[in-house]
Amino acid sequence: MTEQELARKSVDYRRKILKYIVEAKAGHTGGSLSCVDILNVLYNHVLNVGPDNFKSPLRDRYIQSKGHTVEALYVVLADKGFFPEADLMTLCKYGSHYIGHPTRKVNGIEQNTGSLGHGLSLSVGTALAAKLDGLSYRVFTMLGDGELPEGSNWEGALLASHYKLDNLCAIIDNNGLQISGATTDVCNTDPIDRKFEAFGWEVRHVDGHDFGALKETFAALPFTVGKPSLVIAHTVKGRGISYMENQLKWHHGVPNPDQYTHALAELAEAEAVLR
Amino acid sequence: MAEITQNELVTYKANLDVFSGTLQELASTDKTILVVTSDSRGSGKLVPFGQKFPAQMVEIGIAEQNLVGVAAGLASTGKKVFAVSPACFLTARSFEQIKTDVAYSDNPVKLIGISAGVSYGALGSTHHSLHDFAALRAVHNLIIVVPADNFETERAIRLAAQTEHPIYIRFGKKPMPLLTEDPNRRFEFGKGSVVREGNDLVIIGTGETVYPAIQAARRLETLYGIRSTVVSMHTIKPLDYELLAQLASSGVPIVTVEEHSVYGGLGEACASFLMQNGFRNSFKIMGIPDEYTVTGSQIEIFHHYGLSEEGIAETGLNLVRKTA
Ligand SMILES: Cc1ncc(C[n+]2csc(CCOP(=O)(O)OP(=O)(O)O)c2C)c(N)n1
Ligand SMILES: [Mg+2]
Repeated sequence: MTEQELARKSVDYRRKILKYIVEAKAGHTGGSLSCVDILNVLYNHVLNVGPDNFKSPLRDRYIQSKGHTVEALYVVLADKGFFPEADLMTLCKYGSHYIGHPTRKVNGIEQNTGSLGHGLSLSVGTALAAKLDGLSYRVFTMLGDGELPEGSNWEGALLASHYKLDNLCAIIDNNGLQISGATTDVCNTDPIDRKFEAFGWEVRHVDGHDFGALKETFAALPFTVGKPSLVIAHTVKGRGISYMENQLKWHHGVPNPDQYTHALAELAEAEAVLR
Repeated sequence: MAEITQNELVTYKANLDVFSGTLQELASTDKTILVVTSDSRGSGKLVPFGQKFPAQMVEIGIAEQNLVGVAAGLASTGKKVFAVSPACFLTARSFEQIKTDVAYSDNPVKLIGISAGVSYGALGSTHHSLHDFAALRAVHNLIIVVPADNFETERAIRLAAQTEHPIYIRFGKKPMPLLTEDPNRRFEFGKGSVVREGNDLVIIGTGETVYPAIQAARRLETLYGIRSTVVSMHTIKPLDYELLAQLASSGVPIVTVEEHSVYGGLGEACASFLMQNGFRNSFKIMGIPDEYTVTGSQIEIFHHYGLSEEGIAETGLNLVRKTA
């Protein structure tokens, strides 16, 4: 897919993320908008996975550690044909399988997450299995920057390099915010790159909204043979909707009707430029 | 759906708000009070606390195991430490820190589990705490308290500040009406509160299930003339055995209701005592069954599993009819 096509898809994804969050009256808006361009490139350009091979032991795996931004993942999975998009009208509603965090009751979801700090260990295990069985699939996981203080992440990071898991790629959605404030104010994890390097990882930085740069970065995997790869994706929380960008309250804010209209207008403008 | 009336909603606050308000009051005169959070100050309604008393709040970041371990270390120096985090993560992620650093070493941390039970509704099982009574009951040296209304919450927080041993308190975030207007109401850890009396049935609730239990008792009386005793068993451990024995002695049927798995919680704690002490009352445990919990809001989940006026009344009625 060209960068132009990817960009158009992302506008559409953003529109749908907002639509279903408004419909559900709940959702993690800011973090869905910060990670959706990365998911777009992963599912449309990188991952060897789709509804046709989802049962295959050879498929690539994506495990979303920052489970709360499931709306972005649901929208991308629907677009890939894992389930009818109309199902998302039931998001968070009584009796629905589409809850506010990834669940394996939904086709295309690899693991149930939502409690932060689980994705990396799960991914290490899944990647290790490929090494043990001599299989060529790869494992991708996405973490929030606020999620990093969970100790399990560092336990997973240690073991990944111990087992030389170069089939593992972790991505940090480095949007600089969590619930209570800026990540540097809540519990400063900088410099993330040097910490992971010290743990035996090969690290690259990328603009998480630059489709060309994302494609190039993922094309270079593994960054070093014999080492796990970390992509620090620099992103903007609430990206694409001006009044949401870098605003704490949009972590799980739901747009009111006026705000929703305004957001749709901004997305229509963005789309017009891409024609 | 017989919900709490609008009038009641306006009059009463969420136990969560009462918790944060009480803590502010205490902290203004007691500088040894320290609140420790894990990116949870917003969910804990503690943003104003942090603004007023910045020196009495410690932020840990999203790291609940660290939260509890650090809280234990802080408490060991004589500080009155309230460790505040969603009940689901606080009691599952940090279970060993609770068991070892808090309970075993007897560091008097006040573990505050917010948005407990299924308060987080449609966010799913990662965010539900339906295991905490079961897990924590098996840990020695831990008081477990589940206040039902604003009165019980305020008392529990004040008492906790003075308690020199580990304690776990959990509550939800929805407005809760007062259980009774009784001006002589008392609250003591380990002593269940009888909030309504009757000779035909006993309903023992805890936390946010006590109010629907009272509604069920009213319904049973109005529709069938069945009169029920309703208990707020706010302390799950140590359980009020004296009250249980007294209530069971007449042979009346007993229903327990909790926002927890039917395994290992209030109901099984009561059953264990009664069974081992020769009581043979008809007995029914109401709670969340052992299954993939249905999606919905807290109130929808309550209704789905019968933890509602109608559901509790129906269970009570069946038990009374079976026993008669
Ligand atoms: C173990 C655990 N603790 C707390 C939470 C509650 N929580 C959900 S999202 C969030 C903030 C996450 O921030 P970040 O990882 O930076 O995500 P993003 O900015 O991408 O939304 C918190 C504290 C949780 N889901 N899991
Ligand atoms: Mg973030």
